[in-house]
Amino acid sequence: MACFIVPAVEAIVVTVVKKVIEKKEKQPEEVSVVLDGTPETAYKVPFSRKLKWLTNLLWGGSALLAFEHVWHGEVVPWFPFLTAAADPADAAEMLHEMATVGVSMAALVTLVWLAMLGVSAVIEKRALKAEPVKA
Amino acid sequence: MTLLVSVFAAIISTVLWYKNAPKNEMKLGILCWLFWGASLMWLVDAIFEYAELKAAYFTPAPADMLNDLFLGLSVVALALIIWLVILLVSDPKGVVKKALFKKKAN
Repeated sequence: MACFIVPAVEAIVVTVVKKVIEKKEKQPEEVSVVLDGTPETAYKVPFSRKLKWLTNLLWGGSALLAFEHVWHGEVVPWFPFLTAAADPADAAEMLHEMATVGVSMAALVTLVWLAMLGVSAVIEKRALKAEPVKA
Repeated sequence: MTLLVSVFAAIISTVLWYKNAPKNEMKLGILCWLFWGASLMWLVDAIFEYAELKAAYFTPAPADMLNDLFLGLSVVALALIIWLVILLVSDPKGVVKKALFKKKAN
């Protein structure tokens, strides 16, 4: 009915947080890392960049789901924009769906992002430990 | 069906992104984010639907399946249009810029 609104709201909040962090963030940490077998000086990806992964997933998913809701006639281009909002019984059902399906969608996307953070941390650690290939 | 179409689109775009990485001239990452984001959200939708319908979830009516397939393909088309607009506006290869300006002959 309108489940995509929950991840879309999360996307707005995270985008604002990302902008604030970007402004506060200092120069990324410089590290020596082995890339293509040779040691090189590189910058670690800052947290704001990793936060962008989450905003990308949330915005991307919300946009395509919004289209699905237009397809099913649940979102219309005139007020109140959500067909369920016109009727109190439908509105209650819509809010229930947002609280269950919508919140679960936002939670799963956030969990996947947290897993991505974990995996990227492991890859970073492994790259920093790697020894240069001897010719 | 929509979830399936979206997951396949996500996998294909991720493989293409990885194949072209670290070059980002085609901005294929945009497609990956769009399709993976939607796939995760539709997965949740599918889980809730499965909890309600149980085994009947896996035997949809042919008309519903066709409508879902049509929706899935339309979603892919929309995502490709979003990607194309971002690609042409950001113009990482400078192709659009070159098309708009002609070098002055000396």
